[in-house]
Amino acid sequence: MLEISGVRAGYGSMTVLQGVDMSIKAGEIVALLGSNGVGKTTLNNVISGFIRPNAGTLTFKGVPLTGKKPADIVALGIAHVPEGRKIFPNLSVAENLSLGAFRRAGANRKQNFERICAIFPKLRQRLNQSAGTLSGGEQQMLAIGRGLMSEPELLILDEPSLGLSPIMVEEMFNLITKINAEGVAILLVEQNVMQSLAVAGRAYVIEQGRFVMEGAAADLISDKQLRQAYLGM
Amino acid sequence: MMKLNSTGQLVLILVAVAYLLGVYFISSPVWMGFTINALIVAVLALSWNVTGGFGGLSSFGHAVLYGTGAYTSAILQVTYGVNAWVALVAGIAMAAAVGGFIGALAFRYGVKGSYFALVTLAFAEVFRICAASFDFTGGGSGLQLKLAPGISNIQFADRTVLYTFLLAIVVLVMLLTAWIKYSRFGAYLVAVRENEDAARALGIDTYRIKVLAMAVSGAFGGLAGVLYLQLWLFIDSSIAYGSSVSIEALIGPIIGGAGTVWGPVLGTLGLHLIGEGAKTLLSNAPGLNFVLYAVVLICALRFMPNGLVGLAGRIGPFAKKESKDA
Ligand SMILES: Nc1ncnc2c1ncn2[C@@H]1O[C@H](COP(=O)(O)OP(=O)(O)OP(=O)(O)O)[C@@H](O)[C@H]1O
Ligand SMILES: [Mg+2]
Repeated sequence: MLEISGVRAGYGSMTVLQGVDMSIKAGEIVALLGSNGVGKTTLNNVISGFIRPNAGTLTFKGVPLTGKKPADIVALGIAHVPEGRKIFPNLSVAENLSLGAFRRAGANRKQNFERICAIFPKLRQRLNQSAGTLSGGEQQMLAIGRGLMSEPELLILDEPSLGLSPIMVEEMFNLITKINAEGVAILLVEQNVMQSLAVAGRAYVIEQGRFVMEGAAADLISDKQLRQAYLGM
Repeated sequence: MMKLNSTGQLVLILVAVAYLLGVYFISSPVWMGFTINALIVAVLALSWNVTGGFGGLSSFGHAVLYGTGAYTSAILQVTYGVNAWVALVAGIAMAAAVGGFIGALAFRYGVKGSYFALVTLAFAEVFRICAASFDFTGGGSGLQLKLAPGISNIQFADRTVLYTFLLAIVVLVMLLTAWIKYSRFGAYLVAVRENEDAARALGIDTYRIKVLAMAVSGAFGGLAGVLYLQLWLFIDSSIAYGSSVSIEALIGPIIGGAGTVWGPVLGTLGLHLIGEGAKTLLSNAPGLNFVLYAVVLICALRFMPNGLVGLAGRIGPFAKKESKDA
C-alpha cells in the first residue's frame, strides 16, 4: 500500500535519512524501531508531507506522494498522530474529535464518533471536558481517536506510549491491536521494543538514517544483535 | 446568534442591548455621538477578532486595514467622483486584498507570535508614511469629502438614522462573526490558534486558513474605515493609519473576550464608556483615555484572561447539555 524507495531527507544542509526503502501492506502493523535522534520522526514527517524528500519516491496505493501537501495526503487516507500529544487543549474532547473529520470521511462523522468512543470508552465519559484537563494517557488516546476520525487506511503513530505508566503502556498496545483488527494498517514508532515486536507483523530497525535490520517481528525478537543493541541482553 | 452558557453572560448582553436601545430614548446628542463612534470602533474590533480572537494571530497594525478602506473610498469619491456605495465596496475589497497580501507574505515565511505583531505594525507605519507623502492621497492635508447628505452618498443628516444604520452594520458583522465561529473555516482557525502543528497533521491547510482570515479581517477593518470616513467626511494619514487605531482594534476584543461574538462589542462599548467618563471628570486631558485604556488592559489581562464574556460566563453557569459533536 505504501511504497518508499531511496528516500533521502533532512533539515537544511543536514541529511538525516540516508536513503531508506520501506513497504507497508494493507492491514498490517509495521514497527519502526531505533534510538533517539536517528530519524524516525523525520521519516514520519516525510510520509505525511511535512518534509519534502531530497531524493527518492513515495507512493500510496500507487499515487505518488512527493510534492503533495499534508492536507492532500490526509485526504488520500494517511493519518499521522504526531509525537508528543498534540491536542487542542482549550477545546472539548468532542470538538477535538470532530476536527479530525473535516478532511476526509466527514459524512461518516457520527458513525466514526461512535466507533472511536467504543474503542476508547474513557473518552466518551469526558466528551465535554476541555482536552487540556485530560491525563497524559487520555490525551494520547484523544490524539489517536482524532486521527481515526478521518477513516485512515494507514495510521502513523509516533511514540504513542511515551511518558505513560506501565499499565497505560499495556493498555495502549492493546488498543493498537484493537484498531488494527478493524483493518487499519499501522506504522508504529516506538521505544518499547519488545512490546512493539509483540504486536507488529514486521519491523524495521533504523540507525543513523539507515535501516540496519528488517524482517518479521517474530524473527527479530529472537535476534541476538537486536537484543544486545536495544535491550542489553 | 450565540450559545449562551450562563446567567452572567445573559445579563451582560441584556445590559448592552438595553444601553444600545436606550440611546434612542435618552435623546442626548452627547450620548448619541459617543455611541456612534463606539459602534465604528466595534466594527474594527470585530475585524481584529477574526484573526486575533479566533486564529490567535495577534496583529498590532490593524490600522493598515482600516486606513486602506478609508483611503480607497475617499480617493475614489474625491478624485474619481465614484458613488459612495461603490466606493464602500471597493474600500472593503481593497482592505481585504491588503490583509490577504500581508498574510500571504508573513505566513509564507513562517512569521508567528510577536513577530507577526511587528510585521503588521511595520506595514501600518509604511502605509501611514506613504499616505502622508503622496499626492493622490492628499499628502499631509488629507482628503475631504463633499458634504452631500443623502442615502445615496451614505451621509445622514439625521443622527438617529445614522445611528440605526451603524447599529444595523454592527449586527450584520456580528452575524457574520457568528457564522464564522460555527463554520468549518472558524473551526480550522481555532485549531490553528490552539495547536498549529496538530492542525497541519489533521490535514488543515493552515497557511491558506491564515491568509483567508487576514482577508476576512481586512474586509471588516476596511468597512470600519469607510464608516469613519462617511461620518467625518475627512481622513488624513494619522487618522487612517495611526497606531492609536491599531490599539483600539485589539483592546476591545481583549477586554470583552477574544474569539467570541459579543466580546469585541461589549469590550469596545465598556471601554469607551470608561474613557468618556474619565474625560468629563478630568476635563479633557489629551491622551488620558489611552493611559486609562492601558490600565484597564493590564487589569483585564491579569484578572479576566477570557474577557468580560469569560468572566460573566462563570456567574451562574447553565447545566451543561450533552452535546455530542459540538
Ligand atoms: N526541525 C528540525 N530542524 C533541524 N534538525 C532537526 C529537526 N528535527 C529533527 N532534527 C534532527 O534530525 C535528527 C533526527 O531527528 P528525529 O526527530 O527524526 O529523530 P527520532 O528518531 O524521531 O528521535 P526520537 O526517538 O528522540 O524522537 C536529529 O539529529 C535531530 O536533531
Ligand atoms: Mg521522534
